[in-house]
Parts: sequence; structure tokens; C-alpha cells
Amino acid sequence: MQEGQSIVEVLTSSSQEVLTRWIALQRETVKSTTSAAMEDKVRQQSAEFLAALTSAVKNGGAVAITGPAWTPVRELLARISSNRALQGFSPAETATFVFSLKQPLFEQIRRRVTAADDLAQETWAINKLLDGLGLLTTEVYQKTREDVISRQRAEMLELSTPVVTLWKGVLALPLIGTLDSERTQVVMENLLQRIVETGSTIAILDITGVPTVDTLVAQHLLKTVSAARLMGAECMISGIRPQIAQTIVHLGIDLNAIVTKATLADAFTIALKRLGITFSGGNESPGGLDRKIAEAGA
Amino acid sequence: MERIPILKMGELLLVSIQVDMHDRLAIQLQDDLTSQIAATSARGVLIDISALEMVDSFMGRMIANIAAMSRVLDAETVVVGMRPAVAITLVELGMSLPGVRTALDVERGMALLAEEMGGVRHGTAGR
Repeated sequence: MQEGQSIVEVLTSSSQEVLTRWIALQRETVKSTTSAAMEDKVRQQSAEFLAALTSAVKNGGAVAITGPAWTPVRELLARISSNRALQGFSPAETATFVFSLKQPLFEQIRRRVTAADDLAQETWAINKLLDGLGLLTTEVYQKTREDVISRQRAEMLELSTPVVTLWKGVLALPLIGTLDSERTQVVMENLLQRIVETGSTIAILDITGVPTVDTLVAQHLLKTVSAARLMGAECMISGIRPQIAQTIVHLGIDLNAIVTKATLADAFTIALKRLGITFSGGNESPGGLDRKIAEAGA
Repeated sequence: MERIPILKMGELLLVSIQVDMHDRLAIQLQDDLTSQIAATSARGVLIDISALEMVDSFMGRMIANIAAMSRVLDAETVVVGMRPAVAITLVELGMSLPGVRTALDVERGMALLAEEMGGVRHGTAGR
């Protein structure tokens, strides 16, 4: 008897039985398929997969899953698997989709094949086939999750480095979260680009949201400040919390070359002073204040 | 052989680098500029590198050297218009050019030099 021959027979002659049994098994093992909509989906996916599998074993043989005849099966399985990964199925639940097909197929084959040798051979063929498909499912699942993670990472990178204009010629960069090399690179590029675009002469790096400052983070900050200076803009660092000031001194980091301020407001005041803009009084109407600033700027 | 032009504007010398710098050109510029400063008694040098897209450590050192030499000849140097990519490269190379004054563009560089020279403007007063 040729290896994998009986699976072709099973799939062609009693596919309906296999399908019914398979769906029942999936319902038992996977908890997420309890809702009616989900069950419909599983039923549809199972039928589709079984149809594709049948045509694949007929045309491409049941030995390896690599041939061109298996392409539709692989594509279908990849689609199902990545869908499930996005919907939050666990890896086990996703792999079970394929592995739970084993039992109905074994049952069918045991009914047809009586010789012990043949039975073992056919069981092995099915095992090999479904294990291959199961591994493919897991691989696609993993890849989909990794794609999700890398996309979120990219989004976070973008979200975490906004450059805001505080005044004409004054930029602020509120840094939030730990600074690693990759983030610093993005921060630096963004800041320098905005300096060129806006022609700003002063940039304030606010590190209120940076939880810890170690030598590496300090080095990254110093690099950013140096690069901005090379382009002709002055950089200040603000939002230095008392603990961070202590850490900086204990680590022996030299920030003497840079203007450092405790709060963004202090840094902003210095920036305005450098630009020759002064404020006076707190009780004036906004219009009055504007006029004063306009006069100072002129 | 191609040369980078050095323009005299009153007491300032204006150098605008519009071509890709290579090592020999940089050395030539260094020679030309120092002799020009000496010949014209210039008080300020403005180097515009806004068209410079690539730098290496040699070019970084040349910029620092030119600034230091001008200072010895009593001319203040301002480097203007450095591109972000160039600035990042220099910092990553560990060359933050501490002795070099910088400005965003030619206009601001001029203002900085005017301030530096204590209100002495384009040839209105002698030394």
C-alpha cells in the first residue's frame, strides 16, 4: 500500500463526517469558540481548510507540504493563523485548529485499514502531514505577533518624540520614558530637523519624564546638545529632579557646558531673555501683555 | 585646479563651500584662507557649509584647525548652516568642535560676528 493513500480516500469519500467530528472536537478543546458568531467562523474556516486539503492531497500527494499543489493550503492556513493571532487567540488554541484534525482522520483510517503495518504507516503519514501544517501555523502566528510588536514599537517611537514650538525661535522637546541609543537617534534627528525648518536658535530638552539618568543617557543628552550647538542652536536641559541631580553628581557626569534648569518654565524664561523679550506685571490684560512683548521684540 | 572662493566683505571674509570637499581642497582652503586673513587684516571669517553633505574625521579636524588658525591671526570664525546629518556625524565621531562658533545661517552668523567685533561694521572703522 502506498504511503498516504488512505488519507486521500478518507478525505474524498467521507469528508463530511470528518468535518462534523473535527468541529465538535474544536468546540470541546478551544474555549474561545463559545459564541455563536465564533462557531460559525470556525465552521466556515474548517470547511474551507478541509476542501483545500482534499484537493492538495489529490494533486500533490500526502507526503510533503512544500509542492505547488499545497500553496492554497499554506496560504489559507497562514491567513487563518494570522487572523487568530490578531484576535488574541493563544498559540495553543491556534495550533489546536490543525492538531485536532488528527483524531477524526485516525478514526476514519482505523475503520478502513485493518493490517497493523499499513495502519501504522498511514497514521505516521497523517502525523507527519499535520505536524508540518501545525508548525506552519505556529510560525505564522509568531510572525504576526512580532509584526504587531514592531509596529507598536515604531508608533511609540514616533509618539514619544514630539518637538513643540514654545515661541518663535524657541523649541521644546519633552522627553518621556527611558532613553536608549535608538530613541536618542530619532530624538536627535527630529530636533535638528525642526531647528533647520523653524530657524530656531534655542532648544529646551525637558527630561521631567525620563525616569532615570545614567551615564549612557547623559552621554546621549550631551551628544544631542553638541549636535545642536554645531548647527548654531543653543540647547538647555530642564526638568532635572532633585534625585537626578544627585545621581548626575554621584556619577561624575560633567554638565557644566550646558545650561540646566529645574523646570521647563525656568528654561523658557531664560530663553525669552536671550531673545530680548521681557515680561512685566501679572495683572495686565492679554492685549496689554501682547503689546509689551511686541515692543520688546521690536 | 578647483578652488573655494574667499570673498572679502569689509572686515569679514566669506567662504561658501558649494562643492564636495576632498582632502586636498580642504588643505588648499586652509592655505588660502590664512594668507587672505593676513593680507586683508580681516577681523572675522564666516564659513558657510550649508551645501556640505558629507564629512569625515579629517574634514572635522580641518574645520577646527581653520577656526583655531584664524583665531591666532585675530579673526573670529563662525561656521554656519551645518546640516543635521553632518552635525550628527561629527558628534558620533567624537568631534564636537568646542572651539568653533556656530550659527544657523549666514544672517545670524554675520550678526554674531558684528557683535563679537564690538559694533565694528564692514569697513566703517579701522583697527
